[in-house]
Amino acid sequence: MNTSTLIKLATVSAAVAALAACAPKPKVEPAVPMEPSQPTAPQYPTAPTGPVTGGNVGAAMPGSEQDFVVNVGDRIYFDLDSYSVRPEAQPRLDVQAAWLARYPQVTVRIEGNADERGTREYNLALGARRAEAVRTYLIQRGVPAGRIDTISFGKERPIVEGSNEAAWAQNRNAHTAIVSGAPR
Amino acid sequence: MRLHLLLASAAVVLMAGPASAQTQTQPQAGPGQQTGPVEVEIDQGVLRPLQIAVVPFTGQNGPQISNVISGNLKRSGFFDPLNPASFIETGLTLANAPNFPQWTSIGAQAVLYGGVTPRADGRVDVGFRLYDPYRQCQLVSYQFTATSEQWRRIAHKISDVIYQRMTGEAGFFDSRVLFVSESGTQLNKLSRLTIVDQDGYNPVFLTQGDEIIMSPRFSASNPDEVTYVALGKDYSRIYLYNLSTGRRESLGEFDGQVLAPRFSNDGTKIAFSIIRGGNTDVYVMNLRTRQLSRLTSDPGIDTSPSFSPDGNQIVFTSDRSGSAKLYTMRADGSGQRAISRGGGSYTAPAWSPRGDMIAFTKQSGGRFHIGVMKSDGTGERILSSSYFEEGPSWAPNGRYIAFARQSLGGDTRLWTVDLSGRVVAQAGYDGRGSDPAWSGLLDAPPASLGIGQGADSCPA
Repeated sequence: MNTSTLIKLATVSAAVAALAACAPKPKVEPAVPMEPSQPTAPQYPTAPTGPVTGGNVGAAMPGSEQDFVVNVGDRIYFDLDSYSVRPEAQPRLDVQAAWLARYPQVTVRIEGNADERGTREYNLALGARRAEAVRTYLIQRGVPAGRIDTISFGKERPIVEGSNEAAWAQNRNAHTAIVSGAPR
Repeated sequence: MRLHLLLASAAVVLMAGPASAQTQTQPQAGPGQQTGPVEVEIDQGVLRPLQIAVVPFTGQNGPQISNVISGNLKRSGFFDPLNPASFIETGLTLANAPNFPQWTSIGAQAVLYGGVTPRADGRVDVGFRLYDPYRQCQLVSYQFTATSEQWRRIAHKISDVIYQRMTGEAGFFDSRVLFVSESGTQLNKLSRLTIVDQDGYNPVFLTQGDEIIMSPRFSASNPDEVTYVALGKDYSRIYLYNLSTGRRESLGEFDGQVLAPRFSNDGTKIAFSIIRGGNTDVYVMNLRTRQLSRLTSDPGIDTSPSFSPDGNQIVFTSDRSGSAKLYTMRADGSGQRAISRGGGSYTAPAWSPRGDMIAFTKQSGGRFHIGVMKSDGTGERILSSSYFEEGPSWAPNGRYIAFARQSLGGDTRLWTVDLSGRVVAQAGYDGRGSDPAWSGLLDAPPASLGIGQGADSCPA
């Protein structure tokens, strides 16, 4: 999920919360039993009545870049000094491969990233191994090699700020970026 | 920590900005205790900064020239310029010798003075004399001629003469530093190729900031010829860039991602890495014929090649054994062997311009270190350590190393350390930056300083 999607979702949920806050609340009954009150008409009209259905706000169009980011997941994470795909990351790559099989016109670029605890050139080489590990995995799952490009950004493109284990763990990743074939 | 304060105040005076410095200097011997020839001992147990009086030069830009010289000498760690307010003798001109007792009484072990004189052709002569007031003899005198706008360069060249005369080592002040300046936040960092005088003045941006800039390097044979890597959204390119003509060309399009370019010292070749299928190897390209040769072929990472000054060997980093170590090979790729011996990981090597040492970045014990070893891997010494530092680059005289240091949770800035490891100081440029590359001397120092030839010359 990229930042802009997060911001969109956050905005929507903030708006929903704001609406809820504005809605008048029914009076709270006192805890001490009192004389049974006479039935009265509802204080606030509920009409018109009818079923309420739900759905994603601005649901991603299937096959779009947003669909891939939100519903598939475009990033997997790596252990320290490692470029092997973690077992728990495999399902996400399986879904990526399936999604790419469903939309065969889409081409992607795998971007390898490293945390900041290494020298610049060496980390570029480390990031390349991560990108290649994902590329190899997707090819093994049937994605044609010609649809997958790779690049390493080394430690140059962190996604989480901070100099701590949590930030480094997020910054060791491979990002599957859609190059062409899918609307945004 | 006397030098600590001195270095810090030097930086403040010169740069008009915050700076910090740290040293592991022994307390200095008191002034006037030294009666013999003034010596600065490098690589010995005790560093005694030489107390030098830098008298404000006379003439146009004279005082500024003295300030630049004073700052250069102070940052070197081998000099302790005295406060001009303590000077007793005033009005010293090139026509006179110093009043020696007035200088020894304030502890000056050397006195530098000079003046700027206009010439009929519109240029200026900048002459200077350096005296030893204890031995009462002249150490060196010289005169540079240039247009008056070049007063800063003249000050750097004078600094080099002083440094050379007093330490016996070649100078390094008439040089520049290429680096990647940084601005913006960690997540949205703007990086630009930047060049600056060695003392932090005259920074010029050379790229716009739309690409990530990495690994800038000078050609040792031509300080106007540089190379660097530009990393875009979907490409990486090695550029060759001539600073004087502005000509910028891509080294070529390669099947794979390119990184880590370095010129051979004669400027005829460039070594770099190409990543293919996740595997990083070292290649070399002949810049005349554009012929590409592959030098490494194992499945490990092989990168950050750096030529020996004679061009016969290359040092590089490789994790073929499991962890990153330094290796050397002949320039044709033969004879590859590991040279680093310690634990931890060794990356970003740089062969010294003198040929005898290799500087490196070492990661061990949760910290990063800048160190040096002999070119056969023996004699490893750590010069500087911190939370994070990387990317050593040698000063032209092979006695100082520039590197980038990132404080915990903070910005990255340029630092220098001398080869003894005793003078660790923030570089003249105190803005945010990384990946420093030190140029060679901008042009040759004076061929003959006429040392020991005058009537009152100190014995050579």
